[in-house]
Amino acid sequence: MSIFLDKATPVIVQGITGKMARFHTKDMIEYGTNVVGGVVPGKGGEVVEGIPVFDTVKQAIEATGAEASLVFVPPPFAADSIMEAADAGIRYCVCITDGIPAQDMIRVKRYMYRYPKDKRMVLTGPNCAGTISPGKALLGIMPGHIYLEGNVGIVGRSGTLGYEAAAQLKERGIGVSTSVGIGGDPINGSSFKDILARFQEDEDTDVICLIGEIGGPQEAEAAEYIREHITKPVVAYVAGLTAPKGRTMGHAGAIISAFGESASEKVEILSAAGVTVAENPAVIGETIARVMGEAA
Amino acid sequence: MDIHEYQAKELLSNFGVNVPPGALAYSPEQAAYRARELGGEKWIVKAQVHAGGRGKAGGVKLCDSETEIQEACEEMFGRKLVTHQTGPEGKGIYRVYVEGAVQIDREIYLGFVLDRSSQRIMIVASSEGGMEIEEISAERPESIVRSTVEPAVGLQEFQAREIAFALGLESALTQQMVRTLQGCYRAFTELDATMVEINPLVITGDRRVVALDAKMSFDDNALFRHSAIAELRDKSQEDPREARAADRGLSYVGLEGNIGCIVNGAGLAMATMDTIKLAGGEPANFLDIGGGATPERVAKAFRLVMSDSNVQAVLVNIFAGINRCDWVAEGVVQALKEVQVDVPVIVRLAGTNVEEGQKILAKSGLPIIRATTLMEAAERAVGAWQNDQTQATTVRAV
Repeated sequence: MSIFLDKATPVIVQGITGKMARFHTKDMIEYGTNVVGGVVPGKGGEVVEGIPVFDTVKQAIEATGAEASLVFVPPPFAADSIMEAADAGIRYCVCITDGIPAQDMIRVKRYMYRYPKDKRMVLTGPNCAGTISPGKALLGIMPGHIYLEGNVGIVGRSGTLGYEAAAQLKERGIGVSTSVGIGGDPINGSSFKDILARFQEDEDTDVICLIGEIGGPQEAEAAEYIREHITKPVVAYVAGLTAPKGRTMGHAGAIISAFGESASEKVEILSAAGVTVAENPAVIGETIARVMGEAA
Repeated sequence: MDIHEYQAKELLSNFGVNVPPGALAYSPEQAAYRARELGGEKWIVKAQVHAGGRGKAGGVKLCDSETEIQEACEEMFGRKLVTHQTGPEGKGIYRVYVEGAVQIDREIYLGFVLDRSSQRIMIVASSEGGMEIEEISAERPESIVRSTVEPAVGLQEFQAREIAFALGLESALTQQMVRTLQGCYRAFTELDATMVEINPLVITGDRRVVALDAKMSFDDNALFRHSAIAELRDKSQEDPREARAADRGLSYVGLEGNIGCIVNGAGLAMATMDTIKLAGGEPANFLDIGGGATPERVAKAFRLVMSDSNVQAVLVNIFAGINRCDWVAEGVVQALKEVQVDVPVIVRLAGTNVEEGQKILAKSGLPIIRATTLMEAAERAVGAWQNDQTQATTVRAV
């Protein structure tokens, strides 16, 4: 097991004909992901990287039985594509697109809630690097070779900082069950809490690594959730100790605008919930190794 | 993106929000002329800068005559207004807004924000207008009324009425308050705002609900569909380096320290800054050059970082995933040949093809200090900077 994604999961790529999407589709196929189709309105019938393209997500599902989708559509049209996936019956959607208007995402989330829970699509991102279950499948843009197969579940906002953590783990021979990017936007599909719940239930995940950053309430909400529902050990790192208040640090959501949103406050809140906090990004791997040693 | 008060008032009044009569001026003479046009006996002269706390900083003056207006303006124009929100460098005053004074009976706080917890638009109101919302939540938290809006149907009248009653407004004013709230909500959604703040919203002596101040911020990601809003951008209110970076597609935030940072990815950039701090240094900037660290982007980044005269060492930290380290290393070498960099440069590469990348850096003959881990990179950057401080000549190890 792993979460969201395994070797068999049939995947479509929305916006597959774009340059970046083509490149990463090829990469995902090489990694072993079961890519079965692409969707680009008006380009149905074409073939990209040996993959058939459809006009609509509904057609793609009908023809291929796709369950998961990767959205690579430019910002003005990305929200529409996510809603199309939700409506067509995709179960799991990753949106890579950076720069989607926040109010579009409010509409997307509201739209997803029109479906009953058992039929509701799970969305991670936007503005994320994707999800990988090492050795099984990759739905995103991360370099697959930096992840070893294993039992650490990673959930984080940032792409490259997540790579840093995975590389530090690999150096120690520690592998990853699934790594999920929830993205750097203020309104995102899934929160830390949502992913933590999945890792808690996943039998292949023994330790959870949470990589947060300044801005927003989701780390604090995760802390509360961990205290009440998570029995597996959690290691966290929160980036942005040196970030000034009121300034956006790259990610649209990385801005300290209220109490509890600074890195030091988040570290305090997570520590109080029993989370082992890595003091700096250079010791994320080391801290996880130590916690795993203790847990064993 | 932030806009000026006068711009926010014009936008909001288009959505049915009452504002006092006012006019913009670019000089003291023009301000006096505007006051004469507006008529009345008392006017407020307000410095137009992108920051709150103008009143306490001397950016808002009540004037009784045209002479007083001219005098007030002469003190403002060309000056940097330093408020608690501007930082010590302040923001330049190049425009003033002249408004007819209104008689104030009550002051209310009204804000619309993107609430990240409920992932909806939230209205925050308080009967304690005039104070900053931070002060209100610290001193009079019980006065705050919050209400989130269901995005599918928008702000309903009953919700607006509930807010009006919770603020203790007299019944005769309910309808005006509902109109004000709905106007703000429509402006917020139709223009893709991220924040609308009216502080204070006042009840005048003649029982009108009027926005005495107004602030609006907009979602940069949505400006593509609001060209009229994008045109309201005032670069004089932005940090020139940050504005230049934004124009070049780089995400840059200037800070007080002296170790320049060039990193790919926002999270890794923040983490790199944190590591510098832990190693005993202070980062000079946040800079995310994005996923694809092309040679052009690296060169642009070096130019940008070196334009800060405080920078005494540059730390490059690139985690190359899809873009390989050898390619990034070539970019760094090329950039260092193009851009005059007279401070120590520390490069840490990680990820795909890291050995080849290191070889390219070593072979370049350039005085690059190499590091393999994040901590090592930060320590070497701080060490190089300290060396520079203690010795007159620059020490550069290869």
